[in-house]
Amino acid sequence: MSEFFRFYGGVHPKQEKLASKVAIASAPLLERYTVPLQMHIGAPAKLVVQKDSKVLRGQLLAEAGGFVSARIHSPTSGIIKEVTTCLGVTGTQWPAVIIESDGEDAPADPLTPIPDWQEADPTVLLKRIGEAGIVGMGGASFPTQVKLSPPPDKPIDTLVINGVECEPCLTADHRLMLENPEQIIKGILIVARILGVKNIFLGIEKNKPDAVELMSEKAKGTPIQVCPLEVRYPQGAEKQLIYALTKRKVPSGGLPMAIGCVVQNIASACAIADAVIDGTPLYERVTTVTGTPLIAPGNWHFRVGTLYEDAVRLAGGVNEDPAKIISGGPMMGLSVYSLQIPITKNCSGILLLSPSEVNQYQSKSCIRCGRCNDTCPMQLMPGILSIQIENERFELAETWHVLDCMECGCCSYVCPAGRPLVQHMRRAKTEVIARRQATAAAVKKNS
Amino acid sequence: MSEIEIRLPKTDRLIVSSSPHFHSRNSVFRIMLWVIVALLPSCIAGVYYFGLPAFQTLAVCTISCVSIEALCSALMKRPLEVQDCSALLTGLLLGMNLPPATPIWICLVGSLIAIGIGKMIYGGIGCNPFNPALVGRAALLISFPQVMNTWVIPGMNAVSGATPLQQLSQARTAVLEGNSCALPEFLDQVSYGDYFLGRMGGSIGETCTLCLLLGGILLIALRIIRWQVPFFLLLTVTLFTGTAWLLNPTLYAPPQFHLLTGGVILGAFFMASDPVTSPLSRTGAIFFAIGCGIIISVIRLWGNYPEGVTFAILIMNALTPLLDRATAGKPFGAPKKKGIKL
Repeated sequence: MSEFFRFYGGVHPKQEKLASKVAIASAPLLERYTVPLQMHIGAPAKLVVQKDSKVLRGQLLAEAGGFVSARIHSPTSGIIKEVTTCLGVTGTQWPAVIIESDGEDAPADPLTPIPDWQEADPTVLLKRIGEAGIVGMGGASFPTQVKLSPPPDKPIDTLVINGVECEPCLTADHRLMLENPEQIIKGILIVARILGVKNIFLGIEKNKPDAVELMSEKAKGTPIQVCPLEVRYPQGAEKQLIYALTKRKVPSGGLPMAIGCVVQNIASACAIADAVIDGTPLYERVTTVTGTPLIAPGNWHFRVGTLYEDAVRLAGGVNEDPAKIISGGPMMGLSVYSLQIPITKNCSGILLLSPSEVNQYQSKSCIRCGRCNDTCPMQLMPGILSIQIENERFELAETWHVLDCMECGCCSYVCPAGRPLVQHMRRAKTEVIARRQATAAAVKKNS
Repeated sequence: MSEIEIRLPKTDRLIVSSSPHFHSRNSVFRIMLWVIVALLPSCIAGVYYFGLPAFQTLAVCTISCVSIEALCSALMKRPLEVQDCSALLTGLLLGMNLPPATPIWICLVGSLIAIGIGKMIYGGIGCNPFNPALVGRAALLISFPQVMNTWVIPGMNAVSGATPLQQLSQARTAVLEGNSCALPEFLDQVSYGDYFLGRMGGSIGETCTLCLLLGGILLIALRIIRWQVPFFLLLTVTLFTGTAWLLNPTLYAPPQFHLLTGGVILGAFFMASDPVTSPLSRTGAIFFAIGCGIIISVIRLWGNYPEGVTFAILIMNALTPLLDRATAGKPFGAPKKKGIKL
């Protein structure tokens, strides 16, 4: 096992993994599913069915809307009741279809299974990933078939699999590793075959010793190196993970492929194996529903289109009203104001926080203590940046590298003055990018 | 068949705010409180050695600093922030930096300058470029040099005497006038044990090295202050004064003398580590500490004032913005050339 490297900064929030011992359960069939037509980065998917069409489970609902896009498949059999919009995690309306289930859950014909994937042509495997609508399931939801087709001038020699799950409270990836290790291993090897790499690292945080042991056991005989990593947030952030395992630094403003790496989440790997070996498209994922207000936190296989309300109901409901409902983890998740939001391909957790667990940011003056700089994994100076941004000196913020911020939340987490640093960074990034685009447009117009 | 009613959460009063949704529960109040707790042993030592006048000075400075900040907040129509205890801390540090028998009205003037000019006119906490307690002390030092150089020797009530640094200064003057044994004679009868425990003349809070070290180590252990600041400051003073002493032992005192006398330990742990007026980055703070150490040594060895900590820290405070920009460095993954122009 190779020596791992310590990335700069990071914090140690309380783990609160309430559901880590709860096995993944199947969610019962619902009466309706609200399937959004965009659960991925890129162009929205184009609907290929219409209102009142009959659909089967796994049937194609929407075709990819461009090169950087993904297909959407039906989570169950039934009728397209409505083509409308639904509430999304960002508070905006998303185009969606509402499927009324007929209770039979009849499957469509699967995509042709490829049992001999170890000898199959990599381009066939890659095509299958696109056909199955696989996207990054760690949260980014980037279309996987695009990620696995790097341009020829960016040769890839290392595959990094992210089993770290550094966000507190989330346990979906952990349980998936414990309950489905063989499928994950197969998925990893399929990706390795597509990319043509021999260096494979599987990073798992040391707070999951059972997963480390099991995956190491199952990975014997394969080129996969299981790497137990220090428990520190954000160990699972792409750039920090690559650095910890290979000491390579992703260039500022660049992507991992610039240094020969591709990173995949283990849930994505599992979904890839399902798509290639069984021909199952992506319409279901493991999500953790957790939080102290819940009666029975746990992990479930949810179909896309399940509303958060259905998920909370499965967890037994609450014994006190939460102060915050978060989609994702507590460090980078989005807080939502309604439970009428559907679970998407990249929703790794639904977290309820009780009033005593919530901290309201009160934004006193920055006391320049430097805790933010000490913990920033990108080695920025959030305190000084926040003063610049409060005074709307966005050109200064740009010089002080605000665009390198990955919004991990370490700075806000430690700030004694209670400053909403991540919010400042987000505001500045939007401003700086808008100004750059305006300048570029002006230059183009004048030339 | 009875069904357990499932209670769904009410969604009409949810907080919708930016990530992160966890917080470390750090607060300015907590930081100030621990610094005050760490200072208490040396305050108690100061009162023990110097008696009631010391207590009076500390009390007047502390109460007046808090009151002046409250008054300024009201006059400036800004929200009251005295409850974060930063004015309390400034008052305590100001008092600890003054001679024990300082008259009340001078303490009040010092507090007014420290909080009013050293902090509030810049906009309150976090906005001041200079350490407020030291601004107050420097103003008093320059305005009332007589009073500010009247020291009390422990155990001898109301008898003024010289601090070790003043005695050193006198010995050195004698050496420069031709009596080359003056310094070694003086050093022979110096008791470092007394200096370590605080049995010497000096400001109220700077004498008891033992108590200050205990407090400083507490702060480092609790990660309230960065250990690099006191470490590099004291290291620099040791190396600088040590080198001078090795080169010319008849003219210079050994480094332990410089460390145990005057405000070096107090300055290193409690004043140079003030977050507001020192650089934000770790590297910047290290350069800040080294700079303080150099200036302290230069003033001590060759300057007119026997004590250099106040001015050294104030001078380095002025350099803090420059140090910040110089050490902003490049983010993770940026090419080497992408530093910030000074």
